[in-house]
Amino acid sequence: MTAIAIPAHRQPAWRRLLGFNLLTGIVLAIVGWLLGNVIGNAIHAPSLAFFSEEAGENDIAVLLGYLFGVIGFLVGLGFANYPVRRLLGHPATLAEHESEGEGVGRYFTLCTDHKVVAIQYLGGIGVFFLVGGLNAMLIRTELLQPNVHVFGANQYLTLVGMHGAMMMGMMTSGVLGPFANWVVPLMLGTRRMAFPRIESFTFWLLMAAGVVLITTIFFGGFQTGWTGYQPLGDQGTAGYDAYIGFFALVGISMCLLGFNLLATIIAMRAPGMTWSRLPIFVWAVLATAILMMLAAPMLIAALSMGAFDRTVQTAFYVAGNGGSSYLFQNLFWVFGHPEVYIVALPGFGIVLELLPVFARKPLWGYRLAVAGMLGVALLSFFVWQHHLFVSGINADLRPFYMFSTELISLPTGFIFLCAMGTLWRGRIRLTVPMLFCLAWAFNFLFGGISGVFLSDVPSDVSTHGSFFSMAHFHYTIMGGLIFTVFAAVYYWGPKMTGFKFDERLAKIHFWSLFIAFNSTFGPLFALGLLGQPRRVVTYPSHLQALNDWVSASAFVIGLSMLVFIVNLIWSQFIKREPAEDNPWHSKSAEFQLPTPVPVHDFDRIPVFDADPYPYGVEPAGGPALAPTGSGA
Amino acid sequence: MDNVNHFRRLAIIWFFVSVIATLLVVLLLAPILPPGNGSVEASGQVVDNTVLLGVSTPVATAVLVYFIYALIVFRERDPTAVVDGPPIRGHSTIQTWWLVVTTGTVLFLAGYGTIRLLADGAGGGQGPSPIATPVHANSALQVQVIAQQWKFTYRWPGYGGMETPRLELPASRLIEFHVTSLDVIHSFWAYQLGVKADANPGYDNIAYVTTKGPQTFNIHCAELCGVFHGYMFETGKVVPQSQFAVWIAQQRRQYAPGTKALPPYSKQYFPQPQRLGG
Repeated sequence: MTAIAIPAHRQPAWRRLLGFNLLTGIVLAIVGWLLGNVIGNAIHAPSLAFFSEEAGENDIAVLLGYLFGVIGFLVGLGFANYPVRRLLGHPATLAEHESEGEGVGRYFTLCTDHKVVAIQYLGGIGVFFLVGGLNAMLIRTELLQPNVHVFGANQYLTLVGMHGAMMMGMMTSGVLGPFANWVVPLMLGTRRMAFPRIESFTFWLLMAAGVVLITTIFFGGFQTGWTGYQPLGDQGTAGYDAYIGFFALVGISMCLLGFNLLATIIAMRAPGMTWSRLPIFVWAVLATAILMMLAAPMLIAALSMGAFDRTVQTAFYVAGNGGSSYLFQNLFWVFGHPEVYIVALPGFGIVLELLPVFARKPLWGYRLAVAGMLGVALLSFFVWQHHLFVSGINADLRPFYMFSTELISLPTGFIFLCAMGTLWRGRIRLTVPMLFCLAWAFNFLFGGISGVFLSDVPSDVSTHGSFFSMAHFHYTIMGGLIFTVFAAVYYWGPKMTGFKFDERLAKIHFWSLFIAFNSTFGPLFALGLLGQPRRVVTYPSHLQALNDWVSASAFVIGLSMLVFIVNLIWSQFIKREPAEDNPWHSKSAEFQLPTPVPVHDFDRIPVFDADPYPYGVEPAGGPALAPTGSGA
Repeated sequence: MDNVNHFRRLAIIWFFVSVIATLLVVLLLAPILPPGNGSVEASGQVVDNTVLLGVSTPVATAVLVYFIYALIVFRERDPTAVVDGPPIRGHSTIQTWWLVVTTGTVLFLAGYGTIRLLADGAGGGQGPSPIATPVHANSALQVQVIAQQWKFTYRWPGYGGMETPRLELPASRLIEFHVTSLDVIHSFWAYQLGVKADANPGYDNIAYVTTKGPQTFNIHCAELCGVFHGYMFETGKVVPQSQFAVWIAQQRRQYAPGTKALPPYSKQYFPQPQRLGG
């Protein structure tokens, strides 16, 4: 099969609005939604009206609406073109806007340039991250007082659920979407991902998923939190259908993203890029990709069964009709626990990738770090029932799950040891990305230590389901993922966009975020130990002082994010100071290319003759990449 | 600077810092740790938390001391200089020792946790056929906790299967909670007693607790169970045994008409699902 590039032919602006683009996608999404509703009502009206007299809602119509809407959206963007053309016997083309140069329009279409998809991810996930963050602000506003005062109980739980689902769903791809898509091909010395259309597909599917989740507010929200436990979800209004649609789409997107990255890393490495020369970030991406591929289908299955329970009267989760509420908990956490490592592992990779650059030393204990990442990935499938320690299921297996959970601290410890070893006798430069990496070490240390308490069954009895466990996973996930995402934004961001960030604003952002983060989530450990359960809209009045402290700190986190947004707009859109080719004096392959990186990355495919960490080796400052492909 | 033995220096700093920190944490923080001294199981959890704190504090101080030391001593003073450090790529002795020490710690924690768990179940829910039963479990006072949206009620199989809206327990007595639900998943959390057990529909979840002296304790639902989850809390009481006998007799009289209308006592109940979907 040979790909034929179609030459670009410029058309007038109005003419370009017709055809396969975002506008068509939105139009077809609406058409699909209406079509799904019509079909759903047609199926439903005669046969199933008996069962749902109370709400006047039709879950079949809502779910079909989402399904057809999303299909319409993707068809409108042009994802059906290639398969249809091939089915009809036409030759394959690579018309997906690579050849149209560097216009802004490429960022709003199906684009197969991995650098464009990365920026799309950065922007798209960024928007939903802000929505999720805003939800957190509203949650903390409600918790300023022990009793309901701003939102009702239902609205409050919807905010909690949307915050959780938005963060756990959209931010799952928070590193792999933007940074792995951008940097992995460059690190491997290839011009594209293994499956460029699928790469774009995962992004647009994720965006559709995010919109689906937001539409829950039109259907009464959902009261289940991000875990969506059944049979509570079965009671929910059509807002829970939005949750099902959202997470199932996220699952598909995750699975394909992992699949694509895995294929790229295995099959697309340039000559000389042996497994032992793979940058440690690529190893982290590899471990995460495996987890994504294996864990996400479990989520899709669990949610599909929930959807069948709600629409066609199956009883997977209905006790008394042969189902079990444990089934959902098990399936969900078989996905859910690998999921938290899907979120944490890329952070490990970023930290270990950046520490050598800013300590000016090779990565210490490369093979140990790889073993740590793969070990975490493997073990994460054998710990899920620690979420069910007090649920009464498999009580005699609790010692095993206690052991396997504590065992995960071994590979995680490797990561810490490698980080510490890399700093040993280095020449540490405290740049902004480095500060975020060091903050990761601090946050994740406390996240990990608090995890020891949750993994120990007797101790877990007092902390399970309380604010303690909430504080624990915010320390590991926000402290682990979000801090490393910002490290990556400041480290690779200028290379990706071509424009520098304002360093003073960046430092303000870091320090305010770091202090406010600890001031927010540190006291939550105490609140949990004092007996405040998770997801409550009311709490005992003697806990108000601590809760107010937490809320005030959370608002400072919000302000800190505003500083970042100001920096983003100011430095990337207004001032636009061009970034240097290699501002950090990194020896990694991507920094040997000119800024901005040309559309086709390398003029010649590079040949690697060393790993990317030749720091301290003569001749000083020599790049790892033998011929710098671009010739610039 | 290169002549300094950083390793020995670090070890000495760590030793003193971790001894002081561990002593402070164990002597000052541990005694005030929840859930307190309200039951044998709650006291046991405090002991466990103390042990875990005692083990994890030296680990945490080791990492913190190292990072602070490295940032002070190994920091590049000249911000414009780009000077490489020594190309050290690993150290097999350190890696081996790290593996040995962390493995030992993990094995200790898992072993200790297992022994503590199997001794009396630690107040956690352990399903319909518990393996970690306290001694004299046969003579325990049975209380069935029925969770529904959004309240707890209590059935007393030893007292004619009556159902009460409040929970009072006798002091210094082994209690066997049978936790179940009528609708969605709840979790019965008696905070001061150190009891937590999920309530699943159609499932009997047993948790043991041995009460101590008279006190009041807070009951909270600890699993998101719908709109009014945040309102699903109440207060229970541990009272002297004589007072309990009076209370339970009075309750039995008061709820006698209701007891007749109840379905017979069972380990689980299967009400119709509230929402049949569609």
